[in-house]
Amino acid sequence: MKRLVLAGVMSTLCLAFGEVINGAGASFPYPLYSRWAHAYYKETGIRINYQSIGSGGGVRQIRNRTVDFGASDAPLKPSEAKKYNLAQFPTVIGGVVLSYNLPVKDLKLSTSAVCGIFLGKIKRWNHPEIKKANPDKDLPDTRITVIRRSDGSGTTWIFTNYLSKACPEWKEKVGYGKAVNWPTGIGAKGNEGVANYIRRVKGAIGYVEFAYAIENDLKVASVENREGNFVKPSVETFKAAASGAKWDPSKDFYEILTWQPGKNAYPIAGATFILLAKDYPKERNRKVIRFFDWAFRKGDKMALDLHYVPLPEEVKEKIRAYWRANGWY
Amino acid sequence: MERKRIVERLSVVFLGSFALFVGMVFPLLTLGVLLIEAIPAFEKFGLIGFLFGRTWDPVREVFGALPALFGTLLVTFLASAIALPVSVGIAVFIAEICPRRLKPLFSTAVELLGAIPSIIYGMWGLFVIAPLMAEYVEPFLQNTFGRIPLFGRLFEGVPTGVDALTSSFVLSIMIIPFMSAVVKDAFEMTPPLLKEAGYSLGATKWEVIRHVVIPYALPGIMGGLILSLGRALGETMAVAFLTGNVHRIPTSLLEPLTTITVAIANEFTEAVSDVYLSSLYYLALILFVLSFGLLLVAKFLILERLGRRWRAATL
Amino acid sequence: MEGGDALRRNISKRKAVNFIMLSLSTLTALYGLIWLFWILADVIVNGLRFVSPDLFLNDPAPPGVEGGGLRHAFVGHFIITALATLIGVPIGIGAGLFFAEYGRHSKLAGYLRSVTDVIVSFPSIVVGTLVYAILVKPVGHFMGIAGSVALALLMIPVIAITTDEILRLVPNSLREAGYALGAYRWQVVKDITLPAAKRGILTGVILGIARIAGETAPLLFTSFNSNFLTFNPFEAMASLTVTIFQYAMGPYKEWHGQAWAAAFILTAGTLLFFITAKAIVHGMRRYG
Repeated sequence: MKRLVLAGVMSTLCLAFGEVINGAGASFPYPLYSRWAHAYYKETGIRINYQSIGSGGGVRQIRNRTVDFGASDAPLKPSEAKKYNLAQFPTVIGGVVLSYNLPVKDLKLSTSAVCGIFLGKIKRWNHPEIKKANPDKDLPDTRITVIRRSDGSGTTWIFTNYLSKACPEWKEKVGYGKAVNWPTGIGAKGNEGVANYIRRVKGAIGYVEFAYAIENDLKVASVENREGNFVKPSVETFKAAASGAKWDPSKDFYEILTWQPGKNAYPIAGATFILLAKDYPKERNRKVIRFFDWAFRKGDKMALDLHYVPLPEEVKEKIRAYWRANGWY
Repeated sequence: MERKRIVERLSVVFLGSFALFVGMVFPLLTLGVLLIEAIPAFEKFGLIGFLFGRTWDPVREVFGALPALFGTLLVTFLASAIALPVSVGIAVFIAEICPRRLKPLFSTAVELLGAIPSIIYGMWGLFVIAPLMAEYVEPFLQNTFGRIPLFGRLFEGVPTGVDALTSSFVLSIMIIPFMSAVVKDAFEMTPPLLKEAGYSLGATKWEVIRHVVIPYALPGIMGGLILSLGRALGETMAVAFLTGNVHRIPTSLLEPLTTITVAIANEFTEAVSDVYLSSLYYLALILFVLSFGLLLVAKFLILERLGRRWRAATL
Repeated sequence: MEGGDALRRNISKRKAVNFIMLSLSTLTALYGLIWLFWILADVIVNGLRFVSPDLFLNDPAPPGVEGGGLRHAFVGHFIITALATLIGVPIGIGAGLFFAEYGRHSKLAGYLRSVTDVIVSFPSIVVGTLVYAILVKPVGHFMGIAGSVALALLMIPVIAITTDEILRLVPNSLREAGYALGAYRWQVVKDITLPAAKRGILTGVILGIARIAGETAPLLFTSFNSNFLTFNPFEAMASLTVTIFQYAMGPYKEWHGQAWAAAFILTAGTLLFFITAKAIVHGMRRYG
């Protein structure tokens, strides 16, 4: 009863002070969501207040019902979604890239090099395993400083998922998740923090969402994929990774895009998802849906500008049907 | 007459409840909430298991406080060790050496240092000090002290500037104002009569300081030291950028680490599972007990002897 | 004379030691001052570079887009601090009044005061976790006013103690004059003690505000953060300190510039408060 009164007072005050929709979660799509929110505000006057606190935070906040929507790159399994009474749908596809601070351009990293570096076994840049793939480059004797996430991160989830598939030793020793027990490295908060440290520390290497590397002029490595080819991260290679995805609404669109077959497929791609509370009043979720529907219709160009891959039109329609089934569209 | 008596009663009750709130309800409420929130973690890991647990693994949901606790203690003690001689030196300077007219100037200057918000220290530490440490200071230390056997182990590692050494150093600058103010006031409590007795016997200024003032002020200095420790223990923002956020006990000063406060600040809103959040509350509880304990020791054992005058000036 | 030589040597040795130790201590004082000037210089130089009218008039733009500002953070910080002051100052002064005037001879009051004195140096982040548990979680979302509550909780002990100490400095003869005229205690407090202590209490309040205005940790999980301007304290609200935290941690150059500018304004504001308080105290010493 008290909650109802409180909610009533709060919503009246909210109406008096202007409409705000609060979301929190993954830093992976933050550059894109903030552009979308900015444009949406210009067009409708509605404010989407998205806080980049990591996918772990997004899941926690929506589970606690302290935000209007959560965002996570690590999709919830259907059983988890049911347990927390959440609905889930993807918004864009992006890629996690390996960014480094060295005076070397176009570094190529083989699977075993990546495994060795992140397991803490390869400690210097001029290690033979790295040299093997970069015979013509001048690799210095600098120590490698691994930068990884200190917070609960969907980007970490995607990256460690890839590592678990590509390196049996990683799967055994560490596993994958939003936060893991890292064998090595300095922890930073958010994609922002990792990008920040990569810029500052010479010889650093870290994993960030592609948009962060681009926006901050960070060097990006080509990574060996499942077929043995070295692929550069780009909209095309991300698309190639997503080409086999099923996007099943009955499974709440649960989809993992790492280590996919395809000669041009980038091995560390992933989608990012929005989480909604099913027990919220319908109108509350409708407001959120309206924003993302707008983004689906008008936000593709902004996404491509930032090197995110918009979802194919059929998938968008599947999502709209999912919304309809929940009574929000 | 009646009305005045009612107002008198009311004012006692009203103001008394404020006092009760501050002095009893607030600390007890904090303790209670921390305890309740920490119960799930306590049930899973126990007391000894958590305090001495070395693994902080959110995937397997195993949480141990030892790395964060060690980090807190290491950074605090190291920062205080660096700050203590400096603070005593500053206190000696202001209390004994400084010409009377310049005293307020120097005094205020040091206090200004303490008025700067802690986030500014953190930011400045990250933008200015960390790169300097990484480029010049740490490689220098590695090439000189690092070569000494055994002791040199303290300087192993990659000089990233984001490590125990930088964190402690920036924190030490932050606690200098508070520490030196307390020590200075302890010095100024020394009765001039005692000092003049020393001078009249032909002692030099330093000899009076060393043999008269410092022994007299020792309880105050000890109290001030412990008080500063208690404060530094709870510091978050000055070190949040500089620790490296790694839940591991560092084996060298150049390695990243974490402290209880930094762990809570970085992981609180992202703790995915209930046990995770509860473990963070458990950490907060440990910090509460530690700092409360230290501050109580400082206050009751030592500072009761000292006057209260200094507290108004040193916020 | 041998005795004379030995004496002279002894004196010169002691004088040398004296000179060395006093020089060392002077050097440490300079060491402390160097840091002060270095930090302030960095904040001023870098901050001024990025301070512009845009900063105050605009709300943030997405990273990569020009022209963003920190209006939301300035307004939010002001609102949160103002609310905290409104909550904290009356309770703090009230508690201080009780300690000094009503509880002077009560053992219970003595204990309460001692505990309050200890809480002054409490870790601020723990207060943040407390307010999250009792205010944010039950209500269901982050709120600016939760941040104000956290800051108020930090402020109250500080103000209580300074009020108590200032009141104790008021000479008892003043109070006794009042009692001799048949006044009740509350009248003595209201009409005699408080006016006499007015300036000192004001100083304490200003110092308290300066201190909480610079806090970050208690706001991290209470008022949280926002990218938009809002006047509604029941919503998540931006603040200067949390914004500096967010921007300094990020990789974008524009963010770093804005962080320096915000740091400059914040430091200037805090130091201004601080110097004002000192001026009032100085005025007090000269005239009363």
